[in-house]
Amino acid sequence: MFGNMFKKKRYLFEDEGVMVVDMDQTAGRYYDEAMKKLEIESYQGDEMVVNMGPQHPSTHGVLRLELVLDGEVVKKTTPHIGYLHRNFEKHAENIPYNEVIPFCDRIDYISSMNQGMGYALAVEKLIGLTELPEKVEYMRVLCCELNRIASHLIAIGTFGLDVGAITPFLWAFRDREQILDLLEWLTGARMLYNYIWVGGLAREVPDGWDAKVREFVDYFEPKMTEFNKLLTNNHIFIKRTVDVGVLPEDVAVSYGCTGPVLRGSGVKWDLRKDEPYSYYDKFEFDVPVGEGKFGPLGSVLDRYLVRIEEINQSVRIIRQALDGLQQHKGQDVRSAIPRRIRPADGAEAYVRSETPRGELGYLIRSDGTDVPSRVKARSPCFSNISVIDDISRGGMIADLVIIIGSLDIVLGCIDR
Amino acid sequence: MIPILFFFFAAVAIASGIMMIVHRNPIYCALFLILTLFAVAGLYVLLNAPFIAAVHIIVYAGAIMVLFLFVIMLLDLKSETSRQRPGGLPRILSIIMSGVLLAELVLFLRSGTANLPLVEGDLIIGSTKEIGNLLFTEYLFPFEITSVLLLSSIIGSVILARLKLK
Amino acid sequence: MVEGIGIVLLKLAFVLLFVLNFGGLLTWVERKQSALMQDRIGANRASIFGIRLIGLFHTIADAVKMFTKESFRPVAAEKFLFTIGPGISVFFALVGFAVIPFGDVLIIGGKEINLQLAPLNIGVLYLFAVAGMAVYGVVLGAWASKNNFALLGGLRASAQMISYEVALGVTIIGSLMIYQTVELQEIVRWQGGTLWGWLPKWGVLMQPVGFILFLTVGIAQSKRVPFDAPEGESEIIGYFLEYSGMGFGMYMLTDFVETVMISAITVTLFLGGWQVPYLMADGFHFPWGATWQLENWAVALLQVGSFTLKVMFFLWLQMTIRWTLPRFRYDQIMRLGWKYILPISLVNILITGLIITLLK
Repeated sequence: MFGNMFKKKRYLFEDEGVMVVDMDQTAGRYYDEAMKKLEIESYQGDEMVVNMGPQHPSTHGVLRLELVLDGEVVKKTTPHIGYLHRNFEKHAENIPYNEVIPFCDRIDYISSMNQGMGYALAVEKLIGLTELPEKVEYMRVLCCELNRIASHLIAIGTFGLDVGAITPFLWAFRDREQILDLLEWLTGARMLYNYIWVGGLAREVPDGWDAKVREFVDYFEPKMTEFNKLLTNNHIFIKRTVDVGVLPEDVAVSYGCTGPVLRGSGVKWDLRKDEPYSYYDKFEFDVPVGEGKFGPLGSVLDRYLVRIEEINQSVRIIRQALDGLQQHKGQDVRSAIPRRIRPADGAEAYVRSETPRGELGYLIRSDGTDVPSRVKARSPCFSNISVIDDISRGGMIADLVIIIGSLDIVLGCIDR
Repeated sequence: MIPILFFFFAAVAIASGIMMIVHRNPIYCALFLILTLFAVAGLYVLLNAPFIAAVHIIVYAGAIMVLFLFVIMLLDLKSETSRQRPGGLPRILSIIMSGVLLAELVLFLRSGTANLPLVEGDLIIGSTKEIGNLLFTEYLFPFEITSVLLLSSIIGSVILARLKLK
Repeated sequence: MVEGIGIVLLKLAFVLLFVLNFGGLLTWVERKQSALMQDRIGANRASIFGIRLIGLFHTIADAVKMFTKESFRPVAAEKFLFTIGPGISVFFALVGFAVIPFGDVLIIGGKEINLQLAPLNIGVLYLFAVAGMAVYGVVLGAWASKNNFALLGGLRASAQMISYEVALGVTIIGSLMIYQTVELQEIVRWQGGTLWGWLPKWGVLMQPVGFILFLTVGIAQSKRVPFDAPEGESEIIGYFLEYSGMGFGMYMLTDFVETVMISAITVTLFLGGWQVPYLMADGFHFPWGATWQLENWAVALLQVGSFTLKVMFFLWLQMTIRWTLPRFRYDQIMRLGWKYILPISLVNILITGLIITLLK
């Protein structure tokens, strides 16, 4: 048994591709020994094995990257994940449907509205609830887009920090604070909202909230111009990012990348347009795609520019959603919330939605009781980070840091 | 004043020279060599050659020794734990050669130290301006030849390094 | 004899206080200026008896913190080198100030005091020597930590500093050709006259290309942003990874003292040092003919003040650059130093030589 485990791992390691070891595949203490044995056999000469350990300022979470370096050049990257695994799927099998929602928020804690939205849509499909009040739909889109802006602000701010520019980070966070204040007024929490419930929303929208959102959007657009002047149009920044981490289209598709990572490589695929859910088909917005204006297509700069443009498009959607909200002001957001969620035995639903990081899918299977029998969350960051070995080979450590920043991973999403 | 400084610098130079040979850890040997270079630079200043002292430090201690240190650090040479003294012919030869050197030194010191000219406090000769003038007028040809020599050695080392990489 | 030593000690005290105060002040400037640029308040909590003084007491608080923190030495580190690494760094950063002139002569009781700590006749070469030795503090500290990340940072730092040392020398040669001397006090005195009667003969007007190149190379030498790949905080954290307490404090002090030094050298070589426009040894001589007689001590005070103001301007400029620009990648830094700055400065020398021979 021992020997078999080694044989299997050796085949996977021999340059066949990325080895992303999931913690619940191997037994704990044999795992470390196996890894050690493989490490020593697989590098030669004056290559250095360096751990970009779980605690590192730039890995955007507790991610351990094992790098095989030749001087400054990265030869192989092996991500080790599992440091933030919190048993989401196991928890979901033990509690009723609507009590799973706070757990969903914690999958991707930066854009938690989108996670709750995906789950709520999946359960609504499971129980066949299709007609929701328009106010609920518009509010859901509003919250998701506000959260998308907040999440992308973190992405571009920390990306600037990785490149070395400290000021854009603080400007992005200043604007994110405004959004967090709005959402705190709405839901009571700054980051983990627990607001989008199955069949509606948790709380009524306070008076004057939409006026404040409109004020925010008017305040925010010139700030993005300022941000672009500082970072995006900076010559050093462009030189630093333009030919780094090039992800070809076919590689991205074969790894299953989604979101800005896929769109940065030129593939025009956005679930909000291609498989619209909720009210997204009623809104007018563009899907930004990487164009390779300054250098090779699919570089880090393309992904960054896609995110910047997505912020602008989200602002457009928010304005339209505010108009829509204006028309249906008087409705009750809790009117369609089912009193009991008990789907049919054997019913199964898979719904996917577009989070700021990519395609998030929920598979929910029920066995006729109050408690789901299986909830599977397909996380976008898990597929996104699997390309990291491919695209960081031959670059330097500085490039690796930027590449991780451009993939915009959240470890909660990877590990769940 | 000057004799005190001279003895101080001389003592530092001799002591660090001996430590450099005797010490086991290669990094400390390199550091003692740097200290020796500093002491020698001090001696140059006492001899009214401040330009030579400055260039000595810039080139030797500031650039060459850094490269030495680089190599020692990256190769991660361990300190010699056991010294294998070479026996036989090399040992005999080295004893003879150092004996000859010592005899030469003693003879030289005994013979003519009283007749050597005393260094006066004349700052003009060693100043940058004078040396620059001389280098570019009287000694222009050796200057240019030396720079061509340095250029050829740079090119040679670059070629050697690239050959090894390929 | 005793008088001489006393004067030297006084000058030494002045220079040290100047430098160390500016170094400490720079920590405050960094916090407040960055806060202004980033739309936030910055550190303003440290107070003595309730007086906050816009956060100036944070410098004292930082110093106290550095001294009282546990100076932790990792077990695998080389004992001696680990301890003296930061010391070597600070030593060579501070010692460069010995040749910077901060005023002309001050006449007290018939005795002329040259307001420059060490009037060496090798002037600028001394600065190069000190800049070259500054590599050792970094390299020894990085290697002695026995940490792969620190070693990476030390390698980057030393390669960068050595490459830019060459550029440091070559960019100044054009100016030295114009000033015809290497002594710093003479260089500043040369910049005292006027061009065509009204424009002060400062080095920046003679050698604009040299000025910009020298400022860039100076920022690269002191490893400030955008050239701070060795202390790439978001990548490998830096060569001072294993240091804590006063060791780390000394590396930070070196950073700030080198910033002051680069500003001081730039001011001396290119901006006229302590020269105030139209100020001669006995007072102002304006180009439209008016004069304003001043005592010697007033002239000296004005000169020292002008030097301080100019240094402060460059400190502000370097801080602004730090918080605006992202960081170069390490190979881009090397490429910039060897392939762009060096050829441009060589062309600068050629053109300067041409113009000088044509003007003779």
